[in-house]
Amino acid sequence: MLKCRTVWKKLAPLARASSTVCRQNVRRTGLTSSRIPACVPVAHMSTGPAGGGRENQLYILLVGAACVGGAIYTYRTVKGDSQRYQDRIEEISSRSYKRATAEPATPIQSEPSAVDATETEVILEPEPEAAPSLEPEAAPSPEEPSPPAPDAEVAVPETTELPPGGPAPDSLKVPSHTPYLLIGGGTASFAAARSIRARDPGAKVLIVTDESDPPYMRPPLSKELWFSDDPSVTETLRFKQWNGKERSIYFQPPSFYINAEELNGAENGGVAVLTGKKVVHMDVRGNKIKLDDDTEISYDKCLIATGGVPRNLQVIERAGEEVMKKTTLFRKIEDFKSLDKVSRNVKSITIIGGGFLGSELACALGRRSTEYDLEVVQMFPEKGNMGKVLPEYLSNWTTEKVKSEGVKVISEALVKSVVCKDDKLEIKLKDGRLVKTDHIVAAVGLEPNVDLAKSAGLEVDSDFGGFRVNAELQARSNIWVAGDAACFYDIRLGRRRVEHHDHAVVSGRLAGENMTGANKPYWHQSMFWSDLGPDVGYEAIGIVDSSLPTVGVFAKATAKDTPKAATEKSGTGIRSESETEDTATSPVASLTLAPTVEQHQDEYGKGVIFYLRDKVVVGIILWNVFNRMPIARKIIKDGEEHADLNEVAKLFNIHDD
Amino acid sequence: MSYCKQEGKDRIIFVTKEDHEAPSNAELIADDPNDPYEEQGLILPNGDINWNCPCLGGMASGPCGSQFKEAFSCFHYSKEEVKGSECIDNFRNMQECMQRYPELYPQEEDKESSQAEASSSSVSAAPTEGSALPPETDSTPATSTSDSTSLIDNQTAS
Repeated sequence: MLKCRTVWKKLAPLARASSTVCRQNVRRTGLTSSRIPACVPVAHMSTGPAGGGRENQLYILLVGAACVGGAIYTYRTVKGDSQRYQDRIEEISSRSYKRATAEPATPIQSEPSAVDATETEVILEPEPEAAPSLEPEAAPSPEEPSPPAPDAEVAVPETTELPPGGPAPDSLKVPSHTPYLLIGGGTASFAAARSIRARDPGAKVLIVTDESDPPYMRPPLSKELWFSDDPSVTETLRFKQWNGKERSIYFQPPSFYINAEELNGAENGGVAVLTGKKVVHMDVRGNKIKLDDDTEISYDKCLIATGGVPRNLQVIERAGEEVMKKTTLFRKIEDFKSLDKVSRNVKSITIIGGGFLGSELACALGRRSTEYDLEVVQMFPEKGNMGKVLPEYLSNWTTEKVKSEGVKVISEALVKSVVCKDDKLEIKLKDGRLVKTDHIVAAVGLEPNVDLAKSAGLEVDSDFGGFRVNAELQARSNIWVAGDAACFYDIRLGRRRVEHHDHAVVSGRLAGENMTGANKPYWHQSMFWSDLGPDVGYEAIGIVDSSLPTVGVFAKATAKDTPKAATEKSGTGIRSESETEDTATSPVASLTLAPTVEQHQDEYGKGVIFYLRDKVVVGIILWNVFNRMPIARKIIKDGEEHADLNEVAKLFNIHDD
Repeated sequence: MSYCKQEGKDRIIFVTKEDHEAPSNAELIADDPNDPYEEQGLILPNGDINWNCPCLGGMASGPCGSQFKEAFSCFHYSKEEVKGSECIDNFRNMQECMQRYPELYPQEEDKESSQAEASSSSVSAAPTEGSALPPETDSTPATSTSDSTSLIDNQTAS
């Protein structure tokens, strides 16, 4: 504005001069006017006086031309800018689809996050249209971005056709692009696949796993499969559920899945499982992964559900080949098969670890101890079984139960060294005790698999391990993590990492929902359960850490309060005892140990245990009390401070069946 | 007669049936049935079908998923006298598809499809629905199935 004023001030003398000329002309022509002085201020404001004058006309012409010229220049600049902007946006969105032909790269310096952001906006539109509509948009602007150029050129020859309905020109078995890529073939991955297929009609989901088996459930591997009386159970992998119906540990039979080669051509989409392939490299900027056989697969959305690898004791790792050969790290189907074989052929097995897996395996093997003349030893550093989960009084009680299953329990045992002598293993403990055994099962925890963190540039949590993700399980715009490997933010309970089956199902489902645009946080609290024989079973939810202060409300147990009785009566799919198991144990347990067991049962037969953090209930165990999980979930969801937990315990009706 | 003992940081209370007879005075926050974060049942608050409901097992996600969705949607939105009478073709397509995968959809198909219809007509998809759809329903994740569906029951009841 000031500029205009100065310009006007400069033009004013010119205007005055021209008006003087005008007046002179007027006088000359005889049109005198006495309003000469009045003309002068007027002349300041007007561009040109009325009347003729060649200089005036010239002046008017000049100024007019200048204005028009300015307008034209402005218009062209703005138009050109907006055109440049459009080009840039198209280039950015085309970059991630690699529909590139050999065109020169334009020097664009946009951040990868900007790429991801625009991509996300484009992708998170109504799902069915997303995949097909993005292809035509990407095709018209095939510009090669300069930084990932080498990678892109490799991908170019493979990705010259549009996935939906396009023929697969290359002879590679594996599709080179998939809309949904799930890394890992476990429970979380399968739950996500199911969720995606339910919400995105015709979705094409590719699961890549380094195992040779399609997705299966893990809990039966340490429970039901051991109680089966079918001699071929290691082959069939079938177990009896609570309702007597048999099922396989595989989530679905092979006919559920389609072949990876057929994924692109499948009209209604499907779930394909690529077994025996490990993902070794992840390129987040380029939205693609590389397998161990150098195949590259690009994706639109990716889930990392790599789970974990069993931890081992350092003393065993350092002990050498001979000891490692006689050690089982239990996690997969092949571990179950080999341990089953071992248990039939050796005289003594030692389980190191007193948590869920260790105690369940100890009970399962303990049951076999009478059949096969097998000694089962369980050792752990805590004072009792489940010492890190149950409060001390309950942990002691549980240990007695495990002992009654035929297990030799050695508590407060720290392993100092393991050597192999005369084809037997000698475990030396820090306090000097010596345990001689034939085989070791190490159940000392799980190391989350974060191998891809480095190449993908994903954050790893230092407190809990695993990939750090937000409350919606998202690590980056197109990458989600679920299951054992996810360290996520729980809105109610804070950041945590959970290694339970139901959590894998819940988080896998949630990740699948969010991959199809739901944007929901982790809210439905997952639960877990454990059975230690036919008399002790519990379900738990939330943070169940024995270091927290607890309040336990117990009732006297009757014969009706066992997991077995609970399933028979209620008919829900929670417990999984089989009838054969009942007949096998009753002669042993009830006859010899009846008196002492009864006494203990009087004390902690059934009840509810609340775990408190800053006076708020953050975890609940339902001890031999079943079908009340929704109430427990509600209490944790509320997150309220309750003055009298006995009143809260009333909500569970622990005395009823 | 209840009594209480303290073992370190852990408190233990023993209660008899009489102690718990009086109703609880613990206050719970009322649930919002339209909470978007919560797990939904078979029918969403806006009336649509929740294809991701655990009660459906894998019906909507398997190889015959699209046929199932079409048949079920047609039935759900049907306004005829005999509900679903115009959906015969859809159901036939679904049956044909299912017959191609006998492993996944065993020969209790007719029972399943009629049970599926029954469940859509009642909002509270009872836990028995979840267990009546083998082998799609997983036994152990059925825990979350029965949890979520019985939670719906609690909500509708309260």
